[in-house]
Formats: sequence, structure tokens, C-alpha cells
Amino acid sequence: MPQHQSRQPDPLNLKGILAQCLRVERGGRAIIRDIGFELGAGEALLVLGRNGAGKSTLLRALAGLLPLRGGEIRLDGSAVGTPLAELAHYVGHSDGLKAALTALENLAFWSRMLSQAPDGALSPQAALQKVGLARVGDFPVAYLSAGQKRRVALARLFVAPRPIWLLDEPATALDVGSQEVFAQSMAAHRASGGFIIAATHAPLGLVDAKELRLDVAKPTQGMESAA
Amino acid sequence: MNSPLAALFWRELRIARSIGGGGAMGVVFFLILVSLTPFAIGPDLNLLSRIGPAILWIAALLATLLGLDRLFQGDADDGSLDLFMMSSTPMELVVLVKCAAHWTLTALPLIAAAPLLGLTLGMEPASLAGVAASLFAGTPALTLLGAIGAALTAGLRRGGLLMAVLILPLTTPILIFGVASAAAASGGTVPFHTPFLILCGLSLMAIAGAPFAAAAALRAREA
Amino acid sequence: MLKYANPTNFLALAARLIPWLAAAAGIALAVGLYLTFFVAPDDYQQGSSVKIMYLHVPAAWLGMMCYMVMTSAALGTLVWRHPLADAAQKAAAPLGAAFTLVCLVTGSLWGKPMWGTWWVWDARLTSVLVLFLIYLGLIGLWQTIEEPAQAARAAAILTLVGVVNIPIIKFSVDWWNTLHQPSSVFRLGGPSISASMLWPLLIMALGFTLLFFTLHLMAIRNEILRRRLRRLSIMAAAAEDPEMTAEAAQ
Repeated sequence: MPQHQSRQPDPLNLKGILAQCLRVERGGRAIIRDIGFELGAGEALLVLGRNGAGKSTLLRALAGLLPLRGGEIRLDGSAVGTPLAELAHYVGHSDGLKAALTALENLAFWSRMLSQAPDGALSPQAALQKVGLARVGDFPVAYLSAGQKRRVALARLFVAPRPIWLLDEPATALDVGSQEVFAQSMAAHRASGGFIIAATHAPLGLVDAKELRLDVAKPTQGMESAA
Repeated sequence: MNSPLAALFWRELRIARSIGGGGAMGVVFFLILVSLTPFAIGPDLNLLSRIGPAILWIAALLATLLGLDRLFQGDADDGSLDLFMMSSTPMELVVLVKCAAHWTLTALPLIAAAPLLGLTLGMEPASLAGVAASLFAGTPALTLLGAIGAALTAGLRRGGLLMAVLILPLTTPILIFGVASAAAASGGTVPFHTPFLILCGLSLMAIAGAPFAAAAALRAREA
Repeated sequence: MLKYANPTNFLALAARLIPWLAAAAGIALAVGLYLTFFVAPDDYQQGSSVKIMYLHVPAAWLGMMCYMVMTSAALGTLVWRHPLADAAQKAAAPLGAAFTLVCLVTGSLWGKPMWGTWWVWDARLTSVLVLFLIYLGLIGLWQTIEEPAQAARAAAILTLVGVVNIPIIKFSVDWWNTLHQPSSVFRLGGPSISASMLWPLLIMALGFTLLFFTLHLMAIRNEILRRRLRRLSIMAAAAEDPEMTAEAAQ
């Protein structure tokens, strides 16, 4: 398997994302209020803020896992009409891997489950090679270290091409070398017209990324109806 | 193997196999329940053969439901559920396929074991066939109703007992028509097909309706 | 009407309504009980134990009506995501359980002199028993899920699943019962009920209904206040950490 597969043009042809006035609530409280951003093809957005500022909440809402209580997300391109969630990969705190299955079985499954179009997808074996785990493919995930599991989870990004990557602290448990490899993958994804929205504390090596700060709190002390 | 749903089905089977046979454990549980009953009721074969279908059905009900409480738990814990939501496959179909896999793994062995256990209860051949047929027709409804409970309690600590409390009252019709068709097979005033067809109808209704409720419950976990 | 969907307005409305409803319920029940004990005739077969019917039948009605109230509230939760609907659902479950329990206990008390046994696997009793178990499951679900909005959605789904199932359960229990008990002794509520028995029954039913609405309003009010307390506690906990104060206020 060649190390570098030239990425095919994105079949879903997404050109831009515009989010306006997003509002997300948790437990009856607005965690995200009046947040918006605009991204063009190949652009990256870093979501910044201290703990509890709502970074994870925003990413989960974009992934369609939490309901939006206000605002709208508009997609530009031929993908209009497809929900953002189906155009996006979400890498959150949990890896979405079954400990009882091998790394290859896990990836093969997610490839089938998440693929929109087969072209441009790496085979599970090639994706594992890309994250430097070519030789552990046949081990059950239970035997892998936390860092290795995270790399298998990231390999999911390559087995089912989706234009938007929603990454919540993707570098957790990765060593410096793996972080560099992943930074290259993100650069390649952007170069082929992909989008990256990442919530992070650590620098991810994303050049020219837009920034969205969530802790510029408007100190409105007025309490809303408490019900 | 290429379609997402087939992949999901095989994944479920493979997980169950590697974890050490959730299905086998269900059958063992079934066996224990059935063999405990004579200790409680006494070794009178006449009595046992008369209530045999009821014993087998109650044991099957418990074995099916108690194995179901973790149907979505693993996927909720390791984040797979989030990824299912983001796939283009509707959650309702994911629920249905997971139920199908669970039914294949736990209910099918149970249906195969039921006639053998029925022999130890001194049941007639016609009655044995009736029990097997009624379990085959009725267990899909049990699995799907249980899936609603499993979806409602996914992510809760001590969810297992709560799930049984939520779902067992709703299984009343299945138990009634299941035992009735098993009993009708060995004679009686009611023809076999009357309760049996109603039982099939209940299973079809569960297949049509329960995935929607379970999927809604899974989506409601983060309100 | 929409104005009262706001919890604060609802509390004001409840504060005004509750005394009137409570008084009306008290009067209706007092009149109903008087008619039951001093006006309504004894049954020529059942003697004075027929008077249990004036509690038993309204309790059964209310047990079912309460489920209907809960179902509409469940729709409110799922469709409009309204916190007031959540509170109405949660408040109704223990009331429904209580009314079905009254129905079961009075049925059992009536059964002892009539049938010579405390419990008979009669179709109606059994159906009500299953309804009671469904109520208990719902209460258990409410108690287990910590986050109120999430508990409300889960309970709403279970309530709707129950509403589909209850007619099926009723049908299957009837079928099962006719199979096992060819002749039923239960001859209450026959078509030949005389006016002297009907009026006390209807007035008792009115009293039970008013009592239900009084208790339901009070329970909704408690639930709203409980939620506010929970929210204030969360904010107070956040205020201990000065960094978090601004966020908690949002």
C-alpha cells in the first residue's frame, strides 16, 4: 500500500459552512449563545476557551448529537440538503472502538457504517499504516495502549472520507511524533478542500486557523426564568 | 457484508462471540430457571406437564429480558452510539438490526433448548412443538419491547432492574397468547391458530413500532 | 391560555385556583359520601357492601383519566419541549398510581364478602393491576434519571409506548379471562343501574375529579419550585468558583 494516496476531489463538493447565532442548552441552561463562524474550503477553526466554556458542547451540537435551540447552519455546495452530521467525522473523548474486536475489524466496520462514497477511502490496513500502527491491526483493541487506541480512532477519518472533521481534543494521549503525523494529515485534508473544526488546549499545528473564543463571556447577570 | 446493516449484524455477532457467548449464558440461565421450578412445585410429573408451557414461557421471558439490559450500554459507553447517530443509516434501522442480532444469539438457542427441557417436564410431543413454535413467534416481540427499555435505561447505573420493571408489565399480552398457543397445541377448547396468529401479530406490531420508540429514547439521552 | 404556559404565570394561576378547587372537591366529596351512606339503597344481593362501589368505580375512572392527562403532557414534552408539560407528567404519575391502588384495594375489600376471597383474577382487576405496575415503572424511571429534562423525555416515550399497549393488554386480559373463567361473577355497572345509585356515583366521580385536579396543580407547583431550587443550587455551587460565575449566570 502506498504511503501517500493522492486524495480525490471531494465527491460531496462542499464549499463553505456558515453558522449564525447558534444556541445550545444543557440542563435548561444556555451553554452556547450567539456563536457564529464562517469557513471556506480548506479552512480550519480552532474553538478556544477554558474548561466548561462549552467547547465540547459546541462540537457535539455541530455533530448533531445535541439539539440546536437557535440559530442556523448553512452549507454551500452540492451537499446542500444533507445534514452536517452526515458530512462530518466526530472524534470526541471516547474512541468508538470495541475492545473485543481487532483494530482492523473496528475500522472495517466504521468504514461501512460511515462511508458516503467509496472513492477516496483508504482501506483499513492503509489507514492503520498512515497512523503508524500497521503491525497491530490484528490485535484486539483491548490490548492497545491509550495512545494507540486514539490513533486507531483517528484512522477512522481516513477509511470513510467526509469533508468536515470535528475534533474534540484530538491530541489527547498522542506522543509528539504521532502529533506531527496527525498535523500532516490535517494539512493534507485541508489542501484537498476539507474543513477542520477543533476544540483544543494544545497547539495542533494548524497553520492560518481561524479562532473562535468561547470565554469572551458577556457578563449578563440577569437570570432567565428558572424553570 | 457490504451494506452498513449487514456489517452491523456481523459486528454484533462477533462481539458476542469474543466476549464469551452472551447467548450461551442466556440458555444456561433458562436451564437453571426451568430446573428450579420442580424444586419449588414438587416432582409431580402430571402437574409439571400441565404447567410446562407456562414454566418454559416465564423462563424464556426472563432470560430474554435480563440479557437485554446491556443492548445499548456498550455502545453508549464507548461512543459508538454517537457515531451511529452521525451515519446516514437511520437509528431505527440500527435498533432493528441490533435486535435481530441479539435475537439470533439469545432467543434462537433458547427456542432450540425449550423442547429438550420440556421433555424433562414430561410434556407431550404436540405440546413441545407448540412451545417451540410459540416461542419462535413471540420472542421477537419480547426482544423489541426489551430494546425500548434498554434504550430508556442506557447510561443509567442500576439500569438492569429498572428496565425489567418498565417492560415486564407490557409483556403481558405476549405471555398470555404465547402460553395459550403452546397449550392449545396439545388440545383444548381453542384452535391453535387463534392465539398463535395473534401472537404473530403482536410480534409484527413490535417490529413495526418499537424501533421508533427505542431510537427516540436513544436520541433523548441528551436533551 | 398560552400566557399560563410561562411557569411564573402558572404559579400565580395555581395559587388562585387551588383554594377554590380544594373547596369544591371537599363539598362534592362530602355530598357524595352523604348520599352514598344515607340515601343510596342497599343492593338486595350485596347488602351494604355495594357502597364500596361508590369509591371503587370513580377511582378506576380517575386511574385511567390520569393516564390520559399524562399522555397529553407527554406529547407536550416531546413536541413542544415545554417544562410545564414535564412537570405535569411527573406530577400525574404518583396520583395515577394512588387512584389505581385505591381501586385495587376497594375491589379487594368488596371481593372478600362477595366472592369469599381477597383477590380474584378477574379481567378488570387484572387489567388495573397491570396499569398500576406501569405507573410504578414510570415513577421508578422519574426517580432514576437525575437530569429533569432528560427524565421527562424518557418518561414521555414510555408513557406513549404504554398508551399503545394498554388497549392490547386490556384485550388480551379479557381474552385470557374468558378462556379461564367462563362465567364472571362481576355484575357491577350493569345497564340496569337505578337513578338512586347513579346520582351518588356521579357526584362521587365529580368529587374525585376535582380532588385530582387540586392535587395535580399542587404537585405541578411543587415540581416547578423543586426545579428552581435545583437550578439555584447549581448556580450557588458554580458561584463558589469565581471563574465560573459568569458562565453560571448565562
